[in-house]
Amino acid sequence: MSAIPVTAVDLSVNVGGIALKNPVMVASGTFGYGPEYADLVDINRLGAIVVKGICLNPTKGNPTPRTAEVASGLLNAIGLPGPGVDGFVRTYMPFLRQYATPVIVNIWGKTIEEYAEVARRFDQVEGIAGLEVNVSCPNIKEGSALFGTDLDMFRRVVDAIRAATRLPMIPKLAPNVADITAFAKAAEASGANAISLINSFPGMAVDIKTRKPKLANITGGLTGPAIRPIAVRLVWQAAKAVSIPVIGMGGIGAVNDALEFFLVGARAVAVGTANFTNPAAAVTLVDDLRAYLAAQGMASLDGLVGTFAP
Amino acid sequence: MSMYQENAEVLEHEAIQGGYNLLIMRSPNIAPAVKPGQFVHVLVPHLGESILRRPFSVFRAEGDRLAILYKDVGRGTRTLTYLRHGETLSLVGPLGRGFPDPAPGLFPVLVAGGYGMAALHICAQRSPVKGVAFFGGRTAADILCVKEFEALGWTVIVTTEDGSLGHQGRVTDALDPWMAQGGAARKPELFVCGPSGLLKAVAARALEHRWRAWVSVDNNMGCGVGACLTCVLKVHDHEKGDWTWARACREGPVFAASDIVWEAVG
Repeated sequence: MSAIPVTAVDLSVNVGGIALKNPVMVASGTFGYGPEYADLVDINRLGAIVVKGICLNPTKGNPTPRTAEVASGLLNAIGLPGPGVDGFVRTYMPFLRQYATPVIVNIWGKTIEEYAEVARRFDQVEGIAGLEVNVSCPNIKEGSALFGTDLDMFRRVVDAIRAATRLPMIPKLAPNVADITAFAKAAEASGANAISLINSFPGMAVDIKTRKPKLANITGGLTGPAIRPIAVRLVWQAAKAVSIPVIGMGGIGAVNDALEFFLVGARAVAVGTANFTNPAAAVTLVDDLRAYLAAQGMASLDGLVGTFAP
Repeated sequence: MSMYQENAEVLEHEAIQGGYNLLIMRSPNIAPAVKPGQFVHVLVPHLGESILRRPFSVFRAEGDRLAILYKDVGRGTRTLTYLRHGETLSLVGPLGRGFPDPAPGLFPVLVAGGYGMAALHICAQRSPVKGVAFFGGRTAADILCVKEFEALGWTVIVTTEDGSLGHQGRVTDALDPWMAQGGAARKPELFVCGPSGLLKAVAARALEHRWRAWVSVDNNMGCGVGACLTCVLKVHDHEKGDWTWARACREGPVFAASDIVWEAVG
């Protein structure tokens, strides 16, 4: 194929009913609620912004230390501090509504009822494009991790949210399961509009001098380049199993990382921990993806997604 | 508050003394925007498997030049020492809420432990009133830039734990008698940067005597812009009579001594 002008490339993509101008999102928990990065990143250039996890009421999160840098990754147990639904809507939605970028709210709860209530509340809020369901935060003691790894619990929470909202629903899958396809299929069967994966991988690190854990929570979730091969494998398996769109994430910091995910079937990708290293990572990825497709003579992502040839 | 991400060119990089290094860069966006006590988040080149930036107090900012003064204390700072003239490194900054302008009518007192002095230099430069600066360190090699502060018009009082320079003892061993012998009567306002033990000791005195005091904390950081919530510390919510988290990178690194929950500081 011969190259085409970059202006001839259309990066737009529809993910579960959410129209994105490009397939590059910023992942929940790595971009705050938007204002934190607004001086450094043109939020209008992002495919979507996925805000940090919100539950019903304000929460303080875990004690410190909350993160530890490890080889090619970051271990975290932040514990989902946040302003709660009302605090988020009041404090951050006026800011987020200024942008022509879909806002996807990552939601979580301690119980199935709380998940459903949070979804119901957001259903009424103007300017929200969709809900990503955090069933797999490894750092919350009160049951949340189980929602992501127990298939029956997973079905129940996704069903409850589906009944509570008409917004596009995107369950975010846990990587530490024996068969990712079972969760992907269950999400699809429960009426999920898309799935996203992977969440952080459970891990821990020990300070050999003090013999203490490096995180106050002892265990945490591993993110960053270290988990990318795990994520690529799981996205490949999940994408083969379902026909709803898959949003791929896990160690994506540059276009070549993202291309792996597109090739194995992701319709969109999210930049996570790389935002901390390089705030410009997501917008640079958009430019580089456009340039790559143009050089390949591809006018859209269609020629790329799922064309992995084992 | 504006912040920038830019590639800064190394103009000068030299070892000063005792493992301390001065790195001067051309940073046309960030340097002119720096306020006293702010920091830059540095992506140390060639750091291999380490993915996070490292925060450094801005030591000097003049025109398009920005300098940091750092000690070789770990893998990140060791790798930084290899950076040569003409190379570039990515900076994000200026970040955080720095020191406020010295209050009119109060007598400015700087208190620094080791390279904590670096965070106070711009404060010393821009303060209309030049007061007293207390510099403490383990040994003579930890006492930096005394002449520079004196040239700016400050009286510098040095302490070292081993007595190799100035008074022997900790910085509070010099601060306490100075306060008792007339310093306190001049209505001091303290600007403090150093290890947490020093911050705690000085803050305790400030709270006891009701001196206005600002402390710059040195917490581990992730993103540096307020998103990752790594660098949080407990601060008083005076209204609710409770505590809340504050981000060292955003609400800090400078806090009023009366705002920090000191019992929670390690």
